[in-house]
Amino acid sequence: MKPARIAALLLLAAAACGCSRVEPWVKPYERENIADPIMAWDRDPVSSSYMRHVFEAREGARGALGASGGGCGCN
Amino acid sequence: MKKTSAFPVAALLAALAAFAWPAAATDGPVPAPPFTLASRAGGEVSLADLKGQVVMINFWASWCGPCRKEFPALDQIYAKYKPMGFTLVAINVESEKADAEKFLATTPASFPILFDPDNKVSGSYGVSAMPTTVLVDRQGRVRWLHRAYKPGDEAKYIEQIRAALREKA
Amino acid sequence: MQLIRAAVIALALLPLPAAAAVLPDDRADLMYHYYDGGGVTIDGPSLLVRKKFAEKYAASANYYVDMVSSASIDVITTASPYTETRTQYGVGFEYLRNKVTYAAAFSNSSENDYEADTATLSISQDMFGDLTTVSLFFTRGWDDVTRRGDATFADEIDRRIYGVDISQVATRNMVLGLSYETITEEGFLNNPYRQVRYLDPDAAVGYSFEPERYPRTRTGNALSLRARYFLPYRAAIQGDYRFYTDTWDILAHTAEVSYTHPLDEEWTFDVRYRFYTQDAAEFYSDLFPREDFQNFLARDKELSTMTSHTLGFGVTYEFKSPRMSFLNRSSLNLRYDRMRFEYDDFRDISTTGFAPGTEPFYSFDADVIRFFFSGWF
Repeated sequence: MKPARIAALLLLAAAACGCSRVEPWVKPYERENIADPIMAWDRDPVSSSYMRHVFEAREGARGALGASGGGCGCN
Repeated sequence: MKKTSAFPVAALLAALAAFAWPAAATDGPVPAPPFTLASRAGGEVSLADLKGQVVMINFWASWCGPCRKEFPALDQIYAKYKPMGFTLVAINVESEKADAEKFLATTPASFPILFDPDNKVSGSYGVSAMPTTVLVDRQGRVRWLHRAYKPGDEAKYIEQIRAALREKA
Repeated sequence: MQLIRAAVIALALLPLPAAAAVLPDDRADLMYHYYDGGGVTIDGPSLLVRKKFAEKYAASANYYVDMVSSASIDVITTASPYTETRTQYGVGFEYLRNKVTYAAAFSNSSENDYEADTATLSISQDMFGDLTTVSLFFTRGWDDVTRRGDATFADEIDRRIYGVDISQVATRNMVLGLSYETITEEGFLNNPYRQVRYLDPDAAVGYSFEPERYPRTRTGNALSLRARYFLPYRAAIQGDYRFYTDTWDILAHTAEVSYTHPLDEEWTFDVRYRFYTQDAAEFYSDLFPREDFQNFLARDKELSTMTSHTLGFGVTYEFKSPRMSFLNRSSLNLRYDRMRFEYDDFRDISTTGFAPGTEPFYSFDADVIRFFFSGWF
């Protein structure tokens, strides 16, 4: 079978199994530091989105500056 | 797909399905892992001391938003069901007490607060979300586990507590 | 004069939900922004409010104004200084179900010669024991381009952006991030006022101007990596790198390091250094050998070979306001960035006494200030 097909099937099977079997190596009760507000990718969205606008207006490159996730792992 | 290539695919999917199939549940409730932890009120509290009562264990941390939001609801539940042979212990999982103390100064709780700084008890209970609420019956067996907290979940807690209270020790 | 590709800004100003399995806290931010550099001064307010309902739904809204006073190098060499106002509105909605956040956002940016509408849909999920957050988003933009003083000119831009973002908790103290974005634009992609210059022995200064001509499509790809690390004495350090390439042959590298240091319960300090470098677009030249030299002509310094350095400082003061008791906590924030832009193939033609093509390369410094109040409720 072509490698692309194998990869696609593995991905599908992984999605199908819900990936809940991977044991998190950082337990939820160990996420104290990660959950600290200073560890957020973007503490002040109003300021960072403005700076993104300042740079994109004057430079040729744009994009891939998004940030998400991390957080407290609660719920 | 041609017939010759179907078998490897089927084998792959079967293997992965077996891997993904939920493990067979054990028969009956399991005994709650024992613990002895320092209490905020001083001294130590053991799970063994609480046998005969319905015990709700809540694993929490001050950095966890839903845990903080849950406290007032837990306080109400504790006040209401304590006279009926119920107790609630909130186990704080933080490595240092300072942040928990700061939170409790503004959000007091009437139920016992225990400290599990090296996370041994969290590990033995397999805590996989914050907060986690465990219900232990009068015979010291784990009957119910609830992960996370959203406003309204306290109704589920009350349902489980009342069912456990109706049972004999 | 047109400002920038407003839709990209419009997108940028309504930030994507930083989704995890919990919706972010309710907050309002009121900011005054100020930019001064290269003969351009832009300032104005930005207001951002977000509120959640039943821990399941959230709505956000943004109001932003740029008041522009421009005497930039392009303006003073080919036109005359002007003032202008650009106004932008944005709304966003989020829905959280189990560990998945669905979000939709819309914004509109309006100035006298440019109108941009942007719509974004995104989906974000926590997986692998909440250690990984994967987000996918799709943005569609519709821009209307007109020209002041020319009622006959009207054109459009159609924009599509696809992006994926992965955030990964690596250790108890470190978070990693990876983003990939592809941007495709079709339509009138240049500036209806800007000119290119070409050698002209008949002209008094030795060169003449003609309008720029760009391709009507542009596709860009950006890939970025970042890591944020928690230092044991309670501080955070972060490194970012972004690689960008597009069909106009622009190749750009961006690198940034930043450091956040909380002092006590009330004060937090930030410092950062950002470095940016790019190669020129394939059809860019500061001085073409003759009129109508090739199919596409550009002399936009934004498409030239350039480098920028940014040094930034930030101070945050957190407090509980007795007068605004509906706020759980508040903060006053000041951010200052000093930027330096250096161009390797864009010349400063406002200087005199140089033969065409020997003028010194252009460079300028800019000051950027943000002063804002944040309140959580």
